[in-house]
Amino acid sequence: MTTSAPASAAPAPAAPRVRRREWLHTLTRAARTPRGMTGLGLALVVVLIAVIGPFVAPYPPDKFATVPGAPPSAKFPLGSDILGRDVLSRVLAGGWQLLIMAAAAMIIGVVLGTAAGIAAAQLRGWRDGLIMRTVDVILAFPQLVFALLLVSILGPARWLLVLAVGISHVPQVARVIRAAALDVSERDFVKAVEITGVRQSRVMSGEILPNLITPLMVEAGLRLTYSIVIITGLSFIGFGLQPPAPNWGYMINENRIILTSNPWAVVAPAILIAILTVGLNTFTDAIARVALGIERAEKVIAEAAGTGAVSEIPA
Amino acid sequence: MTGDMASPRLVVEGLTVATAGSGAAIIEDVSVQVAAGEVLGVVGESGSGKTTLGLAMVGHARRGLEIAAGSVRLDGTDLFSLPPDQLRRRRGAAMAYIPQDPSTALNPALRVGGMLKEVLTAHGRSGAEADARVQELLAEVGLGSQPEILSVYPHQLSGGQQQRITIAMAFACRPGLIVLDEPTTGLDVTTQRTVLETVARMCASYGVAAVYVSHDVVVVGELSNRVAVVYSGRVVETGATPDVFGTPAHPYTQGLLRAVPSPERSGRLVGMEGVPPRPGQRPAGCAFAPRCPLVIERCRAAMPELVPAGRAGQLARCVLVETGQARTEGPPAPAAEKDLAETVKPAATPVLQVTGLDASYGSNQVLFGIDLTVPPNTCVAIVGESGSGKTTLARCIAGLHTNWTGKVDYGGQPLPPGIRRRPKDVLRGIQYVFQNPYASLNPRRTVGGLVDQPIRTFAEGRRVRDDREILDALRAAALSVEVVNRYPDQLSGGERQRVAIARTLAVSPRLLICDEVTSALDVSVQAAVVELLRRLQRQHGLAMIFITHNIALIRSIAQQVVVMHRGRIAESGAVADVLDRPRAEYTRQLLDDVPKFSAAMTSSGDAQ
Amino acid sequence: MTADVAPAQAPPGAGAGQRPHPIGRLIWTRTALGLVTLFVVSILIFAATQVLPGNAATAVLGHNASASAVRTLQLRLGLDKPAVTQYWDWLSGVLRGRLGTSLANGQSVWSLVGPRLLNSLVLVAAAGVIGALIGVGLGMFAAIRRDKPIDHTLSVGALAVTSLPEFVIAIFLVIIFSTVLLHILPGVSPLESNSGALKPWQDPKELVLPVTALVVVIVPYIFRMMRAATIEAMQSDYVEMAQLNGLSRARVLLRYAFPNAIAPTIQVIGLNFLYLAGGIVLVEFVFDYPGIGQGLVNAVADRDIPQIQFIVLVLTAFYIFMNILTDVVTLMATPRRRVPR
Repeated sequence: MTTSAPASAAPAPAAPRVRRREWLHTLTRAARTPRGMTGLGLALVVVLIAVIGPFVAPYPPDKFATVPGAPPSAKFPLGSDILGRDVLSRVLAGGWQLLIMAAAAMIIGVVLGTAAGIAAAQLRGWRDGLIMRTVDVILAFPQLVFALLLVSILGPARWLLVLAVGISHVPQVARVIRAAALDVSERDFVKAVEITGVRQSRVMSGEILPNLITPLMVEAGLRLTYSIVIITGLSFIGFGLQPPAPNWGYMINENRIILTSNPWAVVAPAILIAILTVGLNTFTDAIARVALGIERAEKVIAEAAGTGAVSEIPA
Repeated sequence: MTGDMASPRLVVEGLTVATAGSGAAIIEDVSVQVAAGEVLGVVGESGSGKTTLGLAMVGHARRGLEIAAGSVRLDGTDLFSLPPDQLRRRRGAAMAYIPQDPSTALNPALRVGGMLKEVLTAHGRSGAEADARVQELLAEVGLGSQPEILSVYPHQLSGGQQQRITIAMAFACRPGLIVLDEPTTGLDVTTQRTVLETVARMCASYGVAAVYVSHDVVVVGELSNRVAVVYSGRVVETGATPDVFGTPAHPYTQGLLRAVPSPERSGRLVGMEGVPPRPGQRPAGCAFAPRCPLVIERCRAAMPELVPAGRAGQLARCVLVETGQARTEGPPAPAAEKDLAETVKPAATPVLQVTGLDASYGSNQVLFGIDLTVPPNTCVAIVGESGSGKTTLARCIAGLHTNWTGKVDYGGQPLPPGIRRRPKDVLRGIQYVFQNPYASLNPRRTVGGLVDQPIRTFAEGRRVRDDREILDALRAAALSVEVVNRYPDQLSGGERQRVAIARTLAVSPRLLICDEVTSALDVSVQAAVVELLRRLQRQHGLAMIFITHNIALIRSIAQQVVVMHRGRIAESGAVADVLDRPRAEYTRQLLDDVPKFSAAMTSSGDAQ
Repeated sequence: MTADVAPAQAPPGAGAGQRPHPIGRLIWTRTALGLVTLFVVSILIFAATQVLPGNAATAVLGHNASASAVRTLQLRLGLDKPAVTQYWDWLSGVLRGRLGTSLANGQSVWSLVGPRLLNSLVLVAAAGVIGALIGVGLGMFAAIRRDKPIDHTLSVGALAVTSLPEFVIAIFLVIIFSTVLLHILPGVSPLESNSGALKPWQDPKELVLPVTALVVVIVPYIFRMMRAATIEAMQSDYVEMAQLNGLSRARVLLRYAFPNAIAPTIQVIGLNFLYLAGGIVLVEFVFDYPGIGQGLVNAVADRDIPQIQFIVLVLTAFYIFMNILTDVVTLMATPRRRVPR
């Protein structure tokens, strides 16, 4: 009964691919595409600056080193800021807090959102509706306004900032994950396992979750980018990280007045923020493309960036 | 009747269509001709390139493809050498196309009447002329009694109505050439019959040259005057339809015909192992050589030419035909009736006994008083069209659908509705194979892992993964054991379905439910899978429920049959009885509408 | 597979008139849901402001204020009453148009916020409409010229711009156009916030940079969606069918591709209007534009609770309204959902 004709073997690549840690595989593949390399490179450069910066800054960032608004010179390559502090030092020291907070906010948003989305998808019925409606109340506010509201009440504490931004991510993540989980759980291969009486939790962990990795990665990337955008935005208007500690967002605002005498005080942090967000977003885009194919990725990102209502999972 | 061959309307010569850039040929060196008033059938399975050929015949190549060689001449003009606007003028007017899936081929944003009228006005008819013509067309396609159809959106129509609209659009400007691409795929048998009749009638009355592209050998046999069999991008046999299907010369055609099920003859289906080579991976010699049961050395050396074979006008691309060694065979002799239609003695308890089952989705009742008996060692086929409730019934039995009432006994014991409440041995005993092999296997597990899953679920106590059980199951499903470490996306549709079967066999079930398991497969693969199931059922003494919409198939696998219609049982009984002497009107209608080979093409087989 | 029993079939569309119209039903349910959400949100806003450590009075007067001053303010603000009563007072006041008095400068909330509302509306409307038109136009253009250099440039450009925070874009615009490189446009708006004397449209130059900033922020989203949707439509079976029927390129694009591509894009456009409600906060701040975004920032800085409450309520109401509008328009653009079988 064994078929020996070679033609019965599939016309397929010789060695089977290892699928464990597929997420890692996707990431490395994405990092090898032109987009991925560019994005990752840009983001890493800024991360490096932010992380190592405080240790290599020539002056203490709080020190009043010279005349305010001085243009670049040999001693102060980026000139001085509005209070006469060295811009270069402040720029080097002004990023790490932002990164940590953004990452924390992203993690909160993704973890809570995934839990909500999976719960809604699994429980179905009225519980599903309840979870999603509750989560949607957060959606009634623009993300920035939500954070601003909380900050206005409780003051700009860092933990509050992280929490506020993190929570404001939950609805989007929940929607995407819920849609993905529902889609997967309707598929025949999940039913094929359910039909043998396997416990629902094992079905979830064995069949459904592994297929959610891709939309999760893409969402995480987008959320990280938005976290950075919102936290720097809040810092910009003074409700984020507080002075006198250097932070890029606030620096851009406080040095606006001296734009004509030393634009670098504004431009330098602005460029760093720009490079970071562009790099991250580009890398997220590369991940989506690698996992979903170019056309589907375009559509998915276009939707996820806005609605978060639709997602696709590679078959 | 077969047209004027002296000046055929469509002449395809040496046509090669390849992917732009890489140059992998989709179709290669194809030469066919079609005369006015004639229907040419183009038969091929997936990967044969038949759709590409069909599109090329109306001067269209999909994005990423280009004409690498040859020509397509319509009334003497080479379509691909025309400037774009001249080509466009001919499209829809001198030549037309009827698509496979009308539900996606009609613009969801426009009303049907507008689209129909647009085809006419885009080719120069005035508004008033167009309106009149639209009314004419509606009548011709059998929608004349429903003029309100013009003001609705496509999604509001049924599949059959949608397809008739596309037929109307195609014939609107009285084209000289029509290409039809499997226009009845996805339609149920009765609708298919209506559509085919409409097509045949209009082709005859308009005197068009028609090309009917399909994988359905029987439909092509019914409809066409001449046929071209396509395999791996080339024409491997061509000739008058009764000749090619009655006395096929090429081994692939012979194999194809052996795989075709018939509602009139019980016969073992013979499938063809393997898959056709993909474009770009075609071997140097005959493309069919790796799978050919009659292959000789010379076949692999070089691509054979099309040479005369058998009757006049019949050509085949085969070394054996060249050297006169070919054997022309008709369809297979019916196997000993006893083997398949063997009735089981009224034995002990039936494996499954359903009495008075009613099932609903929400408040909507879909099954009414279903009675079903599955004796041991018997295959019961459930035949029905979409909406008949056959899949719902299967899901109720399997425990996937719990909203039902009635009595269901499994092995004499009552069966609880849902999976949660069933004991382990019951869950083990009832196994299910899903319809879509591309969706029923977790893409992230290896074949070995997939087959191991149910073994692990039903194992007593802890166990170490025993590869022997897995490999045994794979072998039982006629799979090469090499696939154990492969992932589903590295396998063909037929192989995936075998994996799905293997994992059910691995736990030695008593009742196997097969839910339309071959609907997504090519005919030759379908034959192999059905034959496999039949063999397994005999060998393991399984009780089986085989669900299908294809009534022609059941004779090759089942002993008992239940015909379902709109949630009720129309008729049930032994296969031979029901199919030869149907009592219910619905069954009679169904059997009438099923496409069949004409007597001329089966006579040579009966002679054995 | 579809069943088609010809004689017994009812003519299509017959049942449509008897079922409630989907659009009407949608508006009803969404409005009801929206009002509930608004209600819940108002409670949240109110509750949030009551969570102040100490209470509002202390927050306003500062921790060094004398106890009697705090007490007086508390009484004046009605902070000694139970929370529910306070909430009810506030809510009924809002519904009757009495929005309370600003804590910062004693004027009525409405006189402070009212004019700002209009200014912001102008900004949002202008940016939204212009952005939508540009986004849709460019998106279709890029889709038609797919994979050509211009498409690549636009797509990569969109990817880059879409990642940038809006205040960074605003700052860059200021640097380029008004401060460092060129000096053609005012970087800071000299409009009086309270007098209402100068309206934005009376001096369009004031609008240019803020609107441009907002437009630059939203165009990439709309562009990407329109491009992706147009490409998908162009690859669809119905477009291929139209081409096989010999329809002209223009016709195929306008009657077959565009109507189907615009539906998902409308969703994105609506969402971008939503986004603008938040985006104006930073942009108005950068350009010192007297809208409610700036108003909110000032109110938060001053801990001016009545203003905060009202502005957030307005933004939320706008959000909900835009959500409903987007869903309605999308539904209208999708016959498949609008007209049931």
